[in-house]
Amino acid sequence: MPTLRDIRKKIKAIQGTKKITSAMKMVAAAKLRKVQDSMLRYRPYATKMQQVLADLAGAVETRGDLPAILLRRPVKTVGILVITSDKGLCGAFNTNILRAAHREINRLKGEGLNIVLSVVGRKARDYFKRRDFALKDIWTGISGKLQYTHAQMIAQEMINAYVSEAVDEVIIIFNEFKSVIAQRVVINRLLPIGRIDSTPAEQPAFIPFTYEPRAPELFVILLPIYIEIQVYRALLESQAAEEAARMTAMDNATKNCEELIRKTTLIANKVRQASITKELMDIVGGVEALKQSE
Amino acid sequence: MEKKLKLEVITPYGELINEEVDEVHTTGAEGDFGVFPGHCAFMTALRIGSLSYKKDGQTQYVFINRGYCEVLNDRVLVLVGSAERVEEIDVERAKAALARAEERLRRAAAGEVDIDHARAQAALERATIRIQLATKLIPR
Repeated sequence: MPTLRDIRKKIKAIQGTKKITSAMKMVAAAKLRKVQDSMLRYRPYATKMQQVLADLAGAVETRGDLPAILLRRPVKTVGILVITSDKGLCGAFNTNILRAAHREINRLKGEGLNIVLSVVGRKARDYFKRRDFALKDIWTGISGKLQYTHAQMIAQEMINAYVSEAVDEVIIIFNEFKSVIAQRVVINRLLPIGRIDSTPAEQPAFIPFTYEPRAPELFVILLPIYIEIQVYRALLESQAAEEAARMTAMDNATKNCEELIRKTTLIANKVRQASITKELMDIVGGVEALKQSE
Repeated sequence: MEKKLKLEVITPYGELINEEVDEVHTTGAEGDFGVFPGHCAFMTALRIGSLSYKKDGQTQYVFINRGYCEVLNDRVLVLVGSAERVEEIDVERAKAALARAEERLRRAAAGEVDIDHARAQAALERATIRIQLATKLIPR
């Protein structure tokens, strides 16, 4: 039977934990707002660039010769890029992505394909290292100070691997930010590009552009940017999803703390009352005893 | 009223410039070029370099990373990975980056294999141009 003092101590401890988790929730919320802001500011660049590339693709496609990263070839080796966070305490965020990635890897291996694995984030690195996977590229320390150059770097690695035929396909696995309470694991093909999506807003009127260099070469120069855009978007999404997941996790933790405090306080009150009752009984008993002796 | 150009510089971090200007000069992949009102429809890639524009007789300089430029109907659209106005360039950081890139290139030349030569070269270029711009030496 714990004494009243022990229980009071425990309540104090839980209150301390609650303060920490609710502070962490606040921090996550602030970070989420920041990432969402970056996503918003990123959108014009991404949509405009995508439009430009789609227009160029249209102009080039009619002439035949397509650059290597657009072309499909028989797939023997698949490059996989898994994006996780560096830090934990964000609920099932990393578990979900790693489980999905592992399943995808097993599926591809089951089809007799080779896997080349690259990871972003400490959590993915640790997970796959523990399971003795060979990792081609490891990027850590990105989350929190994400820059467009990170995306350029990663995109370049992926393109190099594809163009040098080290891999015949590249897929990217990341958490998409659906809403503050929902994240979704997304598995997308990064390379080969295939078809460039565009918003079919206006019929592309024929404009006699002067290209410098010629359209096909210009297209080849600009194509890597298409990959960069996708990688950067994935990194941003993942980061937003991470902070959202952390926010929810910390919110739950705070609620659990409250619940625990409530329950423990109840026990403390019961114990206190029990001891008061006991003391009262003693006094009453004592008085009775004194009366009889008189 | 004289015709103007609409200059838009957009980066992944947002819109840096959206102004009515008189003329624009920048560093294209195949050579530097200038744009005045009435320019023909034009598309090109941009290399790491600078962009300058004239407005009310004042010339402003901007550092630009690799990207894309399109001129259409007196509208100059510039999409680049990053861009900074000259006043915003952090010279100390650029100098540090320059030293780092030089060091990496030296080590690569000495035969170290796991150094990305192209990346170090690009970093060197970026740093050099940033420093030149910030110290008001416009690269030719």
